Amino acid sequence: MQEELFISGRNIPKIDPSLEVWHFPISLYLFLGGMAAGIIFFASLFTILGKENKVQTAIKPAMIIVLFALSIGLIALFYDLTHKLYVWRLYTTIRVESPMSWGAWVLLFVTVASFLWVFSYFSELFPKWSIKTGWLKSFERYLINHRKQLAIILLPLSIILGIYTGILLSAFNARPLWNNAILGPLFLVSGLSTGAACIILFSRDHIERKLFSKIDLALIIIELALIAHMLMGMYAGSAVQLEALDILIRGEYTVMFFVFVIILGLIFPALLESIELLGFKVPVVIPALLILIGGLLFRMVMIEAGQLTRYLY
Amino acid sequence: MKYAMVIDTLKCVGCSDCVVACQTENKVPVGYCRDWVTESVNGSYPQLNLELKSERCNQCDNAPCVRCCPTGASHKAEGGIILVTADECIGCGACIASCPYDARFQHPDGYVDKCTFCAHRLKEGQLPACVSVCPTKCMYFGDIEDPTSKVSHLLKSRKYKVLAPEAGTKPNVYYLI
Ligand code: SF4
Ligand code: SF4
Repeated sequence: MQEELFISGRNIPKIDPSLEVWHFPISLYLFLGGMAAGIIFFASLFTILGKENKVQTAIKPAMIIVLFALSIGLIALFYDLTHKLYVWRLYTTIRVESPMSWGAWVLLFVTVASFLWVFSYFSELFPKWSIKTGWLKSFERYLINHRKQLAIILLPLSIILGIYTGILLSAFNARPLWNNAILGPLFLVSGLSTGAACIILFSRDHIERKLFSKIDLALIIIELALIAHMLMGMYAGSAVQLEALDILIRGEYTVMFFVFVIILGLIFPALLESIELLGFKVPVVIPALLILIGGLLFRMVMIEAGQLTRYLY
Repeated sequence: MKYAMVIDTLKCVGCSDCVVACQTENKVPVGYCRDWVTESVNGSYPQLNLELKSERCNQCDNAPCVRCCPTGASHKAEGGIILVTADECIGCGACIASCPYDARFQHPDGYVDKCTFCAHRLKEGQLPACVSVCPTKCMYFGDIEDPTSKVSHLLKSRKYKVLAPEAGTKPNVYYLI
C-alpha cells in the first residue's frame, strides 16, 4: 500500500514541517547538567569513602565549575522558555508525573547544596580572603564539620540529576527517537564521563588524573555498549522507531552521530586514554576536550534529531 | 460526562470553513491554527481513495501533554476537555513535544495554545464554532458517555477510526470511515 499525504490549511510555526520547540540552549542545559552531576557524584563519593585527599581537584576547583555549569545551564533553560515571567510557577507545584517538574526541584536542591559545599572550602580555596565575620565563620565551621553529611545528600541527588536529563526525553512517547528506556542510564553514564573528563582537564595531580582516566575509560565502554543497545532496540521496534533509527544511521545526522559523537567523542579519546595508561605520553587535554565536545554534540544530535521524529504527517 | 467529536470523512469536502470559523471565534493569531484539514490519498493505482478530514486536539483521555506539564498549566477540565491556563504556563514546550498529533503551538504571547472544543461556547449551550459552521454537517459533538446521544449512536452504527491509536493517548475525536 502506498500513501501520499497532502496537508491543507495547516500551518503552525515551529511545528510544521518539523518540530523545533527546543533549541541549542536545551542541549547545552542537558550537557552542563549531566557534567555537573558527574563531578558532584565523584566529589561526594570520594568524600563518603574518606578519600578526599586523593581527589583534590574533584572536590575543590571542579565543584566551583559545577556552580558555573549549573548557573549557565539554568540561564540557558530560562532563555528557552517563551513565557519567562511565569517561571516561578515551577516552584509552586510538585508534579511527580512530569520529569521536568521533579527535575526542576532536584536542580534547585543540588544547586543550593553545591553552593554550601564550595562555601565549606572557601577558606582553603581563597586563603587570602578567609572569612572573618563572626556568624559566617561559625557557619563555615559548621559546614566543614558536616561535609560528609552534605556528601551523603549530594550523592543520590547527583544520580537523579544525571539520569533525569535522559528520562526527560524518554518520557515523550510522541517522539520515537527519544522514547526508549535506555536514554536515562545512557545520559547518566555520559554525564559521569564528561564530569570525569572535566576533572582530568583541571587536575594538576598525576595520580588523580590517572585515576579519573581509568574511571573515564570504563565509563566510555559502558556508554558505547548502551548506545549499541539503544540502536538495536530501535532496530527491533515499530515502524516509527525504524524511521527514527534511519535519521541516525543513514540520514541527516549520521555524520554528526557516528563521526563526531561516537568516533571522535568516544572511541578516539578512549584509545588515547588507554595509550596513556600504558605509559606513553599523551597530552591529557586532548582526550578530555574531545569527550566534553562529544558529550555536547551527543545532546545536540538527540535533541534536534528527536524533534524530526513523529507519528503523523 | 465526556465530550467527543465525531467527524464523517465521507461528508467532508475540505472547504476549511471549520478552520476559518475557529480562527475568528478564538482570535487565533494570524498565521497559526487550532484546527486544520488534511487530504490524503491511500491505496495504489487504480484503487485509490481520497480522504479529507478536519483535525484538531483530540482531548485525549490519557493525555501526555497534561502528564508532562511541570506547572500544572495544562489540565483536564470538565467533560474531559484539556485546557491550558495561560498565566500558569512557562512556555517550556514540553507539552508541544509530547503531543503525537502536534496539536499545540506557542502563542506569540509566549504561552501554549490549542483547541479547547470552544469550552466558552459550551458553557452557553452552543456548539463548538467549527461544528456549527460546517456546510456539509459532517461534524457531530456531544457526550459520549450518554448512550442516547447522537455521537454515541453514530459510533455504534458506523465504522470509525481514531488517529495514531498506537500512541496510546486514547483520543476523543472519532472519524467515521
Ligand atoms: S491531542 Fe495532543 S494536545 Fe490534545 S490532549 Fe491529546 S496530547 Fe494533548
Ligand atoms: S509549555 Fe506551558 S502548558 Fe506546556 S508543559 Fe510547559 S508549562 Fe505546561
